[in-house]
Amino acid sequence: MKSAGCITLIGLFLAANVFAAPIDAPATPPPDLPLPQNLIAKDKPGDSGGAVVLRWTDPASLPAGAEIEVLRAEPPANEWQPLDKVPAGTGTYTDTSAKDGTAYRYGVRTSLAAADSAGAVSVAASTSAPVVSEPVSSHDNWFKIERTNSFVASILFVIIILGSIQVARSGKEIFIRRIPGLNAIDEAIGRATEVGKKVMYIPGIQSMDEIQTVASVAILGNVARSTARYGTDLDVPNKDPLTFASAREVVRSAYLAEGRPDLFREEMVNYVTYDQFAFTAAVSARMTREKPAAIFLIGYFFAESLILAETGQSTGAIQIAGQADPTQLPFFVATCDYTLIGEELYAASAYLTREPVLLGSIRGQDIAKGILILIAIIGVVLVSIHVLDLSPFLRTQ
Amino acid sequence: MTFNLGPVVLVLLFAVVPIIGIFLGLNSPGLRSRIPIWVAVFAGLIPILAMYIPKGFLSGQTGMSQRMDDWLIILAGFALLLGIVNVLQNNFKKVARRDSGWFYSVVLLIGLFVTGGAGIYGAVTKIGIGFNPDGSPTPFKYLTDWFFQPLQSTIFALLAFFMASAAFRAFRARNVEATILLVAAGLVMVGRVPILELLAVPFPSLHASAASASQAMGKLTEWIMDVPNGAAQSGIIIGAALGAASMALRVILGIERGYLGLGKGE
Repeated sequence: MKSAGCITLIGLFLAANVFAAPIDAPATPPPDLPLPQNLIAKDKPGDSGGAVVLRWTDPASLPAGAEIEVLRAEPPANEWQPLDKVPAGTGTYTDTSAKDGTAYRYGVRTSLAAADSAGAVSVAASTSAPVVSEPVSSHDNWFKIERTNSFVASILFVIIILGSIQVARSGKEIFIRRIPGLNAIDEAIGRATEVGKKVMYIPGIQSMDEIQTVASVAILGNVARSTARYGTDLDVPNKDPLTFASAREVVRSAYLAEGRPDLFREEMVNYVTYDQFAFTAAVSARMTREKPAAIFLIGYFFAESLILAETGQSTGAIQIAGQADPTQLPFFVATCDYTLIGEELYAASAYLTREPVLLGSIRGQDIAKGILILIAIIGVVLVSIHVLDLSPFLRTQ
Repeated sequence: MTFNLGPVVLVLLFAVVPIIGIFLGLNSPGLRSRIPIWVAVFAGLIPILAMYIPKGFLSGQTGMSQRMDDWLIILAGFALLLGIVNVLQNNFKKVARRDSGWFYSVVLLIGLFVTGGAGIYGAVTKIGIGFNPDGSPTPFKYLTDWFFQPLQSTIFALLAFFMASAAFRAFRARNVEATILLVAAGLVMVGRVPILELLAVPFPSLHASAASASQAMGKLTEWIMDVPNGAAQSGIIIGAALGAASMALRVILGIERGYLGLGKGE
């Protein structure tokens, strides 16, 4: 019985290993794979460090499925460690895991991946010794080359603005077109004074790191000076705590500057809440209950813009809005009496104070806009007549 | 140990220089008013330099620019405390003086203390503000899910009604511009919904014509949105971007002082 069992086992073993058809294709001898050439490893230019760029030339004829294996040797052991594999024809690889100041050697070699019948990929062959680069270490750089166009444009812009300011300082008259929304500020405050109601100023819902909020707080200073002069009550509800702190200082300074510190009350500039819609509900309710005669919605607003403006409109207040973002502008245009559109918001401070230096910067801004329009027209003409596409030179990265 | 230049420069610019300035400015208001301008100049210059100079101490992950962003969050945290104190002061005053609408202040204060208390309870018991270990909501979570969020949604939902009333006012053909707006809006609305197909439902012979007309309206809508509307938006964006850059430059150069409450010559 035992011998019969042994014979059966031996028979099964032979059937499985000798007579059965092989599962995998017979191993083929590794082909003679050519090596990549001209390997150059360099620190990645214009970055903050930690990256080395490799470039090489692939061999002329590579079998299908060939890949380039990238290796790195790190001191002191200097043993080759595989980094990555890239398809043949890529010719470049960026190692973003380098430590600044460490001198690495990089190597590339050709490898051929093969899949067995089960689909598992294995390296069937590879050139054993890689092509090796000179030692290279990554470091941080002094200039982002890909931002050269933006840098040049910024320098030109600064020169134009400074030049215009200089011209303004020399006493030359600078013309700025009439901005109805800004002219209406005094009218709105005057009306509030006449009817004995308060002026409400909402400086948007963003923080002081938003340039629209900075512009709005500057306008608030002028509005506060007017309310101090006329003795009109002012209410400045805030959503952002930093804007609140800044707005309070600006209003307090305005009342001091107008010689009316007695009229300033701490609760004039008040904090409401950090939540967008809770703020909207609180301010809308305040508009409905207290019915301010003039409402200023100047700064960065989101979905609450229409709710606030429509509520203000329903109370019969004269409304002046200002926003540079085109997504909310239509709501203000549809709902408010006056709207500062885009750049008008940033020009407000210069327009209201009439300071020559500020007016000069507005003039410089207009010159820069003129140059941009000219470049746009030239670009459209050149690309239309298939001479030159300027867009790669103008694209910022 | 490697020397990290970024934090040292930041401490110098935003702590040492202002403190020295405050002491020197005790007897000189002019100098005192210049300190915020200098702080703004430094704070404006650093991110701009970081745009072009990729040196680690300036624009790296722990560089000056990134650290300034972190400082802003810390500052905002302290400013929020200031805001909460202001809310308490104003509303307690309102209740004490029995100003008009003082009962709204009572509701606000109750909401503030109950929600704040629920948050503090979560922190003290180390349960947090999410769920209890048995999966039930913590008091804070219960309040936000069942009170706060429905109220938020209610306010947001009002937008639909306000949009309708604003559209009604804007689309009245009072002058040429408003008439153009009305026509353009009408075309866009018709192009965005299959209204022609809907109208043609009772008339099978018109189905094909309605479908092709609807497609044409869709293309016209796209043209209106991409060409005239896109051009106008681009114009506003370019103007606003230049205005913002000019404003930023004025702030960095210390010319624009309105946001600090300083006027001409101050």
